[in-house]
Formats: sequence, C-alpha cells, structure tokens
Amino acid sequence: MNAALAGLAELTPALAQAPAPGQAPAQTNVVARARSIGAEIAARHAADVDRDGRFPSEAFDTLRAEKLLGVMIPVELGGGGASLFDVAAACHALARGCAATGMIYAMHQIQIACLVNHGDNGWHRGLMERIAAGQLLLGSATTEAETGGDIRNSVCAVKSTPGAEGDRFTLAKNASVISYGDQSDVILVTARRNPDAPSSDQVLVVVTKDDYRLEKTSRWDAMGMRGTCSDGYRLEAAGVIDQILPLSYADLSARTMLPVTHILWSSTWLGIAADAVSRARAYVRSEAKRKPGTTPASAVRLAEATAKLQQMKAVILAAIRQYELACGSPERLTSLSFATAMGTLKVTTSELVREVVEAAIRTCGLAGYRNDTPYSLGRHLRDAHSAALMIGNDRIMSHISTQLLVQRDGSGAFE
Amino acid sequence: MPQDASPPYANSSREGFQAAGAAGAAGGLGRPPAGGADDETVAGIRSVLAECGGLAVDAGTLAIDDDLYAAGLTSHGCVGLMLGLEEQFDVEFPEKLLNRRTFESIAAIRDAVRGLIDGGEA
Repeated sequence: MNAALAGLAELTPALAQAPAPGQAPAQTNVVARARSIGAEIAARHAADVDRDGRFPSEAFDTLRAEKLLGVMIPVELGGGGASLFDVAAACHALARGCAATGMIYAMHQIQIACLVNHGDNGWHRGLMERIAAGQLLLGSATTEAETGGDIRNSVCAVKSTPGAEGDRFTLAKNASVISYGDQSDVILVTARRNPDAPSSDQVLVVVTKDDYRLEKTSRWDAMGMRGTCSDGYRLEAAGVIDQILPLSYADLSARTMLPVTHILWSSTWLGIAADAVSRARAYVRSEAKRKPGTTPASAVRLAEATAKLQQMKAVILAAIRQYELACGSPERLTSLSFATAMGTLKVTTSELVREVVEAAIRTCGLAGYRNDTPYSLGRHLRDAHSAALMIGNDRIMSHISTQLLVQRDGSGAFE
Repeated sequence: MPQDASPPYANSSREGFQAAGAAGAAGGLGRPPAGGADDETVAGIRSVLAECGGLAVDAGTLAIDDDLYAAGLTSHGCVGLMLGLEEQFDVEFPEKLLNRRTFESIAAIRDAVRGLIDGGEA
C-alpha cells in the first residue's frame, strides 16, 4: 500500500485528534500521539531545552509512557510494527514543537531500523523484545576523533577473544560525538571488522549499557540542536560476538542506515520549517486583522516560504515512496541511483529548511527576529543551520558527483 | 545506443551473465589463487583492480572469490574500477549492474563482464 501518497492527505495539520488522556491503546495512531506530545509537551519545554542545552526529558518520558520508542519493532517482538512513513510523520510532529526532540527521536529510530532489518539472531531478537518492553533509548557512535565526519571509515577495531562460553570481543572507540550518550540505553558503534581490516571494512556493533563504559571527553555547546546533547566520549565495550550485526556496515548502510537517516532527518527538518511557516502565517493574519482590507506587504514572503515547504514535503514523500519500492531488493537498495536519490534528498531538504525559516523571518520582520514574541524564529534558524552540516552537504555532493561519472538513465516513468 | 534504458536493461532480469560464469575449469595465473574459466578476463580484471581499485592489498594475491570490500574496496573505488573495466573490455555497465554485488569479488566482476560481452554480441 502506498503510504507516501496517502501521506499527502495525512500531513495536513487539521487532522490532529489527540487521544483522550489515559486511553491510548498501544496501536492507536502513532502520528496522532506524536503530534499531541509535540504540541503539548515538547513545545512547552523547547525554549528551556534550547537555553540550557539539556536533554528534552519531559518529552521522552511521555514518549516512553506512550510506548512510542518501540513502535517500529515488529509486533511479534512486542513492538508496534509501525511503518517508516508513520515514524517519519512522528519525527515531523515532534520537531514542530522542539527540533531537538524530533532529531533525537529520529536518531533513535534509525538505530531501531538497523536492528529490525539486520539483527536476526537470538541475541538481537532478545534485545528488540527488551527495547519494546522497557522502551529503551538507542544512540549511535559513528563519528570518531581520528576520522571526523567520514563515517565510512573507522580507526577503532573489534578485537575478538576466544572465551569459555563462546567468542567474545572488546572494542574501544574515541567517539567525538555520541548524541544523548548519557541518556542512551543501547549504542550502535561502527568499527573495523578486525584489527587487520582496512578502514572501510566496517561492522556495526550493538552494545547495551551493561556492556559499555563511557568517559566524557567534550561537551556539546552549539549554535542549535542544543538539546541533542551531542557530547564526545571515550567508549569501551565488551560483549559476545553475536552482538555484531552480520552484514557489513557498507551494505547495511546502503540498505537501511542511509535511506532511513535521510528520510527521518528530512522529516525532522520539515517539522522545523512547518512550525516557522505556522508562526509566519499567524503573524500575517494578526497584521491583516489590525488593518482590515489590506494584505501585509511581507505576506509575499509567506507565500514563498509555503512554496518551499511544499517542495520539501514533495521530495520527502517521493523518497519514502522510492524506499518502499526498493525495500526487499538488496540490488535496488545498493544501487548507485538509489544512493544518489537519498543523498540528494538530504542536500535538498537541508538547504530548503534554512530557506523556509529565513523567508518566515522576513515575513514576521522584527517580531520574528526578537526572542520574546509568539513569532520568534531565532531557535528555528539556529536549529535549521545544523541540517547542512550533519554529514556535510559538500561531502555528500562530492560523493554524488563521483557516482555520476558512471550513472545511466533510469527506467521509471519520470526518468 | 547502450544508454537506452528501455528493452534490454529495463525490467528484464538478465540472468545470462550469472550462469555464464559456471562454465570452464580452473586455470592458473602462476599465482597461488587458481584463476577462473577465462584467464584472460581474470587477468584483465586484476590489472584494472591494481590500477583503479584503490585496494589495501596487492590485487595479484587475491583469490577470485575473495571479498573485495574486505580488501579495502570502497564505493568510491567501485566507480574508478567500473570506468577502468569499461575501458579495458570495451563494455558499458547498465544501471541494473551498478550495485555492490557486481563488484564484490573478481569472480562476480568476471561474470558481469562476460555477460556484457556476450549480451553485446547477441
């Protein structure tokens, strides 16, 4: 079934029907519940989370209580079996209230998707049951001090140690960023397959709080996305070999991590942009009411912002549709054209979110520039600026330009 | 002409090249890893790998079924490798073959190249 097209109707905000408090059966609409948490809880604490650079604990306590952390885990393992589209819409709904909340939720669900799609042994299935039952929060350690943003190369390596009750491993990583590391219950860590492997031959290692020790090496004090608490840590972990996801990271990244990341990040940025447009719309309306019969001059900027918001929505829905079509076909998921489509999705939406917020600021004028009005957009602008930098757009465009050396025409209706 | 994405490459599952690799006995390049059916093709692939693959190891020491990604081949390296193979064998890789599987081992590349050469002549 085509969730992405259904989404064209679904993404209209009018449908927000929050479940009555206390009666939220596990399977009620994921999107509606995320929307009410975004609007009522995340939004209320967003300014505070941003000012203090603290974890949005109120929102996550509620997400846990509403069992929204395990929604993508299969039903037979105790999860909600939600689709990527539902989760993308949830990221959008949370980010409308608080971008950091939306981004943390997105990053968590990206790790869940890797586990769901590629963790099929007993250990991984057991962990998914624990995640669903305990609503555990998953983080990731992909960046490394030595390699920076180049997450497709690792310096650290898995060291296996034959043990009495099965093979075990140890792993030490100088992780320059582990977002919400303090709050994570499980961390997925990239590392070289073994100490002799080349830097590009990576695996993804799943470690739980009981398996690892974190020592903080840096604090996250950034322009925006301050609530993601993307501190640096030295991570030391040990566990059983079964904890390592069997597929190579390059393959796993192409099939799941890359598309899911760019779709969920983009959905989060769409939430930032949508809230900025809401504020601009409210401003224009209040101005129009003060001077009945005239459309404020800056309303033309609102029209511009709305057009760009529509573009963002369209490219995200198209990408979700492309992912749905490619799902189940490793050949399609690992094809260069699919990688290009997901890379350009990220570059496009990350640029658009900033443009939408800037147009919204131009619409609201000083009321948007000030930090003390209902139309303030400073936080949105600062948060939006992170988008082009998280896996830098220039790096992605340089990869894409290399891929284009060999790309051919596709065979779809619009290719 | 081969750029045209319609009939031959569009929706058909071209399995010809998959089966083609099965024929033939083990050859030898004078190196420990025994070669595949077509020594010349394999030797050509090895030289392109050495020149364009950006591997962490000597391409001559790889067995034909060795995982090239474990030998340091990256997605970036695949692009150079593919361009080199197109030049060496005078073929064009269609969209359908532009994925990780195609380049995972010397044997996989050999099968793909053979399929393209055979397909091109057909």
